[in-house]
Amino acid sequence: MSPYAVKLAIRHLLSHPGQTALLMAGVALGVSVFIFMSALIGGLATLLTLRTVGSIPHIVLEMPDRDPAILSPDGLAQVVLQKDLSRRDQIAIWQPVIPIIEKTPNIIAVSPQIRGSAFVERGQTVAPVGVIGVMPGKLSEIADIDAAMVDGSSNLPADGILIGSRLARDLGLRIGQVVRLSSDRGRARSFRIGGIFTLGIASADRQAVYMNFTTARALFDLPTGISRIEIKVAPATDAADIAERLRRSTGLKATAWTEDNSQLFEGLDAQARTGIIIKAFSLVTIIVGISSAMLLSIVRRQSEIGIMRAMGASKGLVISIFVLEGTLIGLVGAIVGAVIAWLALLPLPPVTEVRSGGLPIDRAQGDFLLAITLTTLAAMLASILPARNAARIDPVEAIGA
Amino acid sequence: MSAEAIFSVSGLTKRFGEGEAEVLVLKGIDLSMAAGEMAALLGPSGSGKSTLLTILGTLMRASGGTHDMLGVDLMQASEGQRTKFRSKHLGFVFQFHHLLPDLSALENVMMPAACAAGRETRAMRERATELLDAVGLADRRDYRPSAMSGGQRQRVAVARALINNPVLVLADEPTGNLDRQSADHVMDLIRSINQTMATSFLISTHDEHIAGQCPRRIELLDGRIVRS
Ligand SMILES: Nc1ncnc2c1ncn2[C@@H]1O[C@H](COP(=O)(O)OP(=O)(O)OP(=O)(O)O)[C@@H](O)[C@H]1O
Ligand SMILES: [Mg+2]
Repeated sequence: MSPYAVKLAIRHLLSHPGQTALLMAGVALGVSVFIFMSALIGGLATLLTLRTVGSIPHIVLEMPDRDPAILSPDGLAQVVLQKDLSRRDQIAIWQPVIPIIEKTPNIIAVSPQIRGSAFVERGQTVAPVGVIGVMPGKLSEIADIDAAMVDGSSNLPADGILIGSRLARDLGLRIGQVVRLSSDRGRARSFRIGGIFTLGIASADRQAVYMNFTTARALFDLPTGISRIEIKVAPATDAADIAERLRRSTGLKATAWTEDNSQLFEGLDAQARTGIIIKAFSLVTIIVGISSAMLLSIVRRQSEIGIMRAMGASKGLVISIFVLEGTLIGLVGAIVGAVIAWLALLPLPPVTEVRSGGLPIDRAQGDFLLAITLTTLAAMLASILPARNAARIDPVEAIGA
Repeated sequence: MSAEAIFSVSGLTKRFGEGEAEVLVLKGIDLSMAAGEMAALLGPSGSGKSTLLTILGTLMRASGGTHDMLGVDLMQASEGQRTKFRSKHLGFVFQFHHLLPDLSALENVMMPAACAAGRETRAMRERATELLDAVGLADRRDYRPSAMSGGQRQRVAVARALINNPVLVLADEPTGNLDRQSADHVMDLIRSINQTMATSFLISTHDEHIAGQCPRRIELLDGRIVRS
């Protein structure tokens, strides 16, 4: 790329400021669309992921299933293990496991839980619920119950429970009222409603009942073992890898949230693909725009090009001048567009604070550098064909000598 | 052919089109010019003056015959070689100035040299300033073509033709677009350059007054030289 080509390209762009500005504005618009789409698609994915992983455990540790298995597959005699239904699924020896889990990197919360099914009875109404017995101080480790309280307090005395607002509404329950809970182990006792929460997850708000760990032991007849260990990790997207590590270190069955939420990932994938198509279109628009502008410009400058060729300019020089012009339009337009997009997205709230109805746009996922790079490349590509046309101009015809 | 001929063509033909539409425009031209010569090329419209100048300038290939210049067989040379040869040894002035509108007078004069070198150098700038001075436009060096008169533009074009110190300048009706006074000015200029720099000029014209200022007179009629 000779310095003279650079000079002539820049000189021509500067000599036609109106036309140059218009072209660059077009490119800038395309780049803004590109960045806006990246930020929106990225922000949406972040928001949906946050909403999904916010209140659920990222990894659940349970006792491995004792599935039927063939123990000696060598033919003559068959030895099989039948599914064992005589024992309950419980983690009997759990205390030694907790420090192992806590020492694993990237784990931010560990909550051993007693889980069980029960019925809430009030008068003639009965509702099925899922009871979660949490250890003291671990109430908000997995779902932020403290922050979700809408009534009462989140203390969990031995005879107190916390229920969801849907359940409270369905059964007409209020703070301080007493209800009877009968567990699937055939035990029953009365509880006072200490607090009501709204997590915003329908199933939890209708069915979750939180209670004291010790009380839950008695209700579900689990004197020493626990039902499961719920874990949160950061970042949540690493859950599958960490689950695999925990599976090996504890021997327990470890289920990452990603296994149960494949629909979310399919949705995010489809969304990302849509974004790519829109972004590709904005690049194609830039290519078509620059190409046609360059072709017109070359027709208009035919005699200029002809005279340069007649005076000894090589085809390569002519090509470099026009490719440079196109590339410069792309580069400057892209930078301007990126700056405009950056400024336009500046006042938007972070995705975590988007209220319903607002667009979850994440400026950090705007792909600014990618947008500038791709646009500049597209502009370069767009000008190659016109530039080669320019180099083919016959000086004799162009000059009309 | 004299010993110090800078170019010579013999049996040079040029045909355009094919089959039914074929026209033979140059019908066997034998011509050579000596170093430092200044010749007028005359002939009625359509006689082939521009065609001949274009071929001599390596902007177009002849259909037949020989074309040698400075010991190079230009009939056999590749397109790339002809482009290099052109930029090194040939200068052009056309009826229309064809200056680049985005460049100043000085930059226009430097253009052929800068194209060959890939950059503008201080030496080029000095040489271009000298040439602008020689054509009497030292004070217009930073003007764009749009800010100059027709005669001034054509003088810039003459200066541009000289930047690479060509041995031959081909001028196709260089004054065709100028009034008598400007035309005389350009011709005076060409004559003095021809004398001081020993650059050869071949100038096509319809104007007897212009032709009268050239020591040699070549006449073309219907694709043939009838007087040289
Ligand atoms: N590209 C071309 N295709 C077909 N015919 C052409 C072409 N270029 C020139 N001619 C023909 O060649 C002949 C000579 O044209 P040329 O331009 O050389 O004449 P000229 O002597 O320069 O005329 P003028 O004095 O009008 O400039 C004309 O008859 C013209 O029609
Ligand atoms: Mg002519």
